[in-house]
Amino acid sequence: MSVRSTPEGTLAGTPAGTRRIVVVGGGPAAHRFVEAMAARGLDGRSLTVLSEENYLPYDRVNLGKALTGHADLTLGDPSFWADERVSLRLGSRAVRLDLDARTVHTRDGAEHPYDELVLATGSDAAPLPFPGAASAHVYRTLDDVHGLKRALTLLSRSLGRKPHVVVIGGGLLGIEAAAGALELGAESSVVNRSGWLMNAQLDEGAGQALGRLIAGQGFAVHTGTAPSAVLTDDDGAVTGVELADGRVLPADLVVAAVGIRPRDELARRANEDALAGGGAAPFSVGPRGGVVISEDCSTGVPRVWAVGEVASFGGECVGLVAPANAMAEVVADRLHGGSAAFPGFDTATKLKLSGVDVASFGDAFAATPGALEIVYADPARGVYQKVVTTDDARTLLGGIFVGDAAPYQGLRPLLGRELPAEPGAFLTAAGGGSAPETELPDDAVLCSCNNVTAGAIRDAVGGCGACEGSAPVQELGELKGCTRAGTQCGSCVPMLKKLLEKELTTAGVTVSKALCEHFALSRQELFDAIRVLQLTSFEEVLHRYGSGAGCDICKPTVANILASQNSAYVLDAGRGTLQDTNDRALANMQKDGSYSVVPRIPGGEITPEKLAVIASVAQQYGLYTKITGGQRIDLFGARLEQLPEIWKILIDAGMESGQAYGKSLRTVKSCVGSTWCRYGVQDSVSMAIRLELRYRGLRSPHKLKLGVSGCARECAEARGKDVGVIATADGWNLYVGGNGGATPSHAQLLAQGLDDETLIRYIDRYFMYYIRTADRLQRTARWQEELDGGLEQVRRVVLEDSLGIAAELEDAMARHVDSYEDEWAATLKDPERLRRFRAFVNAPDTADDSIVHVSEREQIRPATDPERVLLGATIPVRGTEGDLR
Amino acid sequence: MTSTAIPELVGIPSFPGVAGSVDPAVTSWHSVCRVQDLEPDWGEAALVEGRQVALFLLSSGAVYAVEQRDPVTGAHVMARGIVGSRAGQATIASPLHKQVYRLSDGACLDGAGSSLAAFPTRVVGDEIQVAA
Ligand SMILES: Cc1cc2nc3c(=O)[nH]c(=O)nc-3n(C[C@H](O)[C@H](O)[C@H](O)COP(=O)(O)OP(=O)(O)OC[C@H]3O[C@@H](n4cnc5c(N)ncnc54)[C@H](O)[C@@H]3O)c2cc1C
Repeated sequence: MSVRSTPEGTLAGTPAGTRRIVVVGGGPAAHRFVEAMAARGLDGRSLTVLSEENYLPYDRVNLGKALTGHADLTLGDPSFWADERVSLRLGSRAVRLDLDARTVHTRDGAEHPYDELVLATGSDAAPLPFPGAASAHVYRTLDDVHGLKRALTLLSRSLGRKPHVVVIGGGLLGIEAAAGALELGAESSVVNRSGWLMNAQLDEGAGQALGRLIAGQGFAVHTGTAPSAVLTDDDGAVTGVELADGRVLPADLVVAAVGIRPRDELARRANEDALAGGGAAPFSVGPRGGVVISEDCSTGVPRVWAVGEVASFGGECVGLVAPANAMAEVVADRLHGGSAAFPGFDTATKLKLSGVDVASFGDAFAATPGALEIVYADPARGVYQKVVTTDDARTLLGGIFVGDAAPYQGLRPLLGRELPAEPGAFLTAAGGGSAPETELPDDAVLCSCNNVTAGAIRDAVGGCGACEGSAPVQELGELKGCTRAGTQCGSCVPMLKKLLEKELTTAGVTVSKALCEHFALSRQELFDAIRVLQLTSFEEVLHRYGSGAGCDICKPTVANILASQNSAYVLDAGRGTLQDTNDRALANMQKDGSYSVVPRIPGGEITPEKLAVIASVAQQYGLYTKITGGQRIDLFGARLEQLPEIWKILIDAGMESGQAYGKSLRTVKSCVGSTWCRYGVQDSVSMAIRLELRYRGLRSPHKLKLGVSGCARECAEARGKDVGVIATADGWNLYVGGNGGATPSHAQLLAQGLDDETLIRYIDRYFMYYIRTADRLQRTARWQEELDGGLEQVRRVVLEDSLGIAAELEDAMARHVDSYEDEWAATLKDPERLRRFRAFVNAPDTADDSIVHVSEREQIRPATDPERVLLGATIPVRGTEGDLR
Repeated sequence: MTSTAIPELVGIPSFPGVAGSVDPAVTSWHSVCRVQDLEPDWGEAALVEGRQVALFLLSSGAVYAVEQRDPVTGAHVMARGIVGSRAGQATIASPLHKQVYRLSDGACLDGAGSSLAAFPTRVVGDEIQVAA
């Protein structure tokens, strides 16, 4: 492990003959470069990354998520940095290059010798060119975001009202910052000198349409007026923004988003040093700053390369991540003897603002001589669509889409190619239809952030062998993992999904959602059929829709659907024969055929009295006890026929089934919350208990876990749960779609600042929508990713009731809550039900002597094979003394 | 539990078919339980001559007995799997790792896994008998 933030000497200890590669900067470009190097092999090389920021390289593109939520933006897997040949030095700022000695000096006085040097210093926010600039915030780094959030919180507190935020600059970042401030509870407005927003990417018509849409978002826009000063009071507190026309906009906080400035100071200093020494300037610096590079990303200074926003190519520095990634790949390739070349900037942009669809790509302003602009504009609706072509209307040169950017995904990869249909066909808002199907050529770039072509996607679907196991890819998640397409800005995901489905269909791969050989229907179709026809047994369902006798796939699926829809006892009326292993015994089967027992401990809160009962049951039956990750206690090693006796004791003591065996609600994990914790802002335990008691017994396509944290410190790890609830001073923030396990994912923010009732209503809807539409064994993360429209669709359905089913979903949940019954209490009530727990049909109480336990750390565990041989299988399972039970 | 040797029936079990892996020469019929003791499609373990057997009464009326021991894990759990069909043949899936076996002869239908021993069964009056 070599992530360090302390100053260190030079690369002592590097074996002789190792090529020392030093990277200055720790942003996305640097990260991609290191990754690309590692992918090509680090043998005989050492990599040192000097990063001024104190964070592992993170995804700046998604900074907005950190502004309005608690996103983890770390790029890639943090363990990546554990490679001993890679040394990441955080908090280490390079201050000077010594080109003759080939060393980089850092602020802490260390010197880093290099054989190859890569400048990836990015850019910073351009300062405001007028008085008061120092009082403005900027929006570029995680620290900026933290500072902004803190300032807004302090302001709302001290002002006792919503703070007024004025964002100067109406480009992508300005709009994003203003929307973020609005989401954080501020009044927010944008000032832009040009006559319309995003004037660098949009023409006037598009800009006007965007203005419409933005007005609908709830923040004010002032265009066509240049700000002239940030006003402050005597204490230095911001009071307003003065405009050139004399007006003053009241403001408590100002954010400057007027452009970026390449961080080329290392090159400039090297030039000054050389000039002072009487030599010539080694670096050339671009007209608007930036270190000039050529196609191979070299700077003209031997062994020095530049990538990302600091690099100036063709007279420009571009503030987008796709070219930064492309440059990083070029240098990695060159350092491995390749001849890759940077093809020039791809400046396609898409605004990441929910509810505002804006995209611009290629020659958006039709600057190419003879270019044709085919336009549809409906300013009243806020829709503008434009396709730019060559003068023969055949080759696509660019386009702009506002209000309805659906055609953008399909068009973008066709840039510079012949259109498959006449251009007007892509102006979908005019005709109301959908864009023509486009057959993407193999070399068309689908994901520009990671430069993944349609051909690479096709290869992956066909099983290209690039990944481990080289199995053909059949799911979006796999495809992303294998090709990295869609993993950065995510805007190509719909396109990716479409291509995947198309390829699978043509490859004859059964994209069929058929459940198994007995049912041609998907889980969702079965769910709907069962709901509409009110079917209540497997026989009915099989009779109508299936064939054969069923199997271990369709039977539990149907059992689960039946249980989701009507809460009848799961083992009665033949339903027991449908249940999966654990449900069948209402306990979790372990490797030796014994079971574990888990009482519900809502919110992880338990009295000493109940703890004592659990302890005494464990002692009496000789069970192994372990605390689970869900804040409860698991008792292992019970035999089938012991389960009813054990539950009798637990239920008599006031406990109930924890349903650890079901595809159902497991636990609601919580921190101790505001009751005890000095940081807590809300009572997370009470909320967790309330949620657990509400959703207990809810059967679902997969297990469900929730977490409730009492403050932003997030001690309950709620964002690793299907539903995560995090308290803020303004109410609950609701996150959805998280899970741990083999492919962990963080829950995404769905809504914030909710009161108790709204929170519960939204969770009701979310769960029921999931239960109705997910595939078999599909967890919420995968479900909401694969759902048409993704998280946006979830938001529309849950928050805005776009499908008009919210009331129905809530009713379904209310029915569940009303009819909940503890399954173990129900079992004990009925002797017929108890028969299902006998050891042998012809010897109900005879202990199964194949279960053999030995002692380890003062508890039991299953005997290993050699131990069993040694002990013989006749040793009594439940002894009274000695180590063997 | 009663057990009677019925030499004349050895090798021609009445229902449902010939077992794959039981040596007919050493079998004898053992009454295990009554038909009404079993719930259709719900497997149960039974002790036959000290040996654990998984017993199934299907909704079709057919009765099958296979080894209770799961060949993959060694755990005695087969009766607690899910009964089903594959291409028309009655099957049982292991409750632990879900390998599927044919009930009639215990053959593993998922790859080349080892098979289960299967035992002849018959119904005499309302008695279910297993040859072991
Ligand atoms: C809010 C926001 C939204 C964005 N949205 C999009 C988008 O939607 N699409 C898109 O394509 N792009 C977007 N971008 C731009 C994208 O983030 C950048 O293009 C990308 O970060 C460039 O990567 P980089 O590594 O070249 O530079 P940077 O990300 O600036 O990283 C440079 C790093 O080097 C460090 N550094 C600088 N000098 C030194 C030194 N002397 N010593 C040590 N370390 C140093 C800096 O502190 C920084 O950590 C957005 C940017 C922001 C701020």
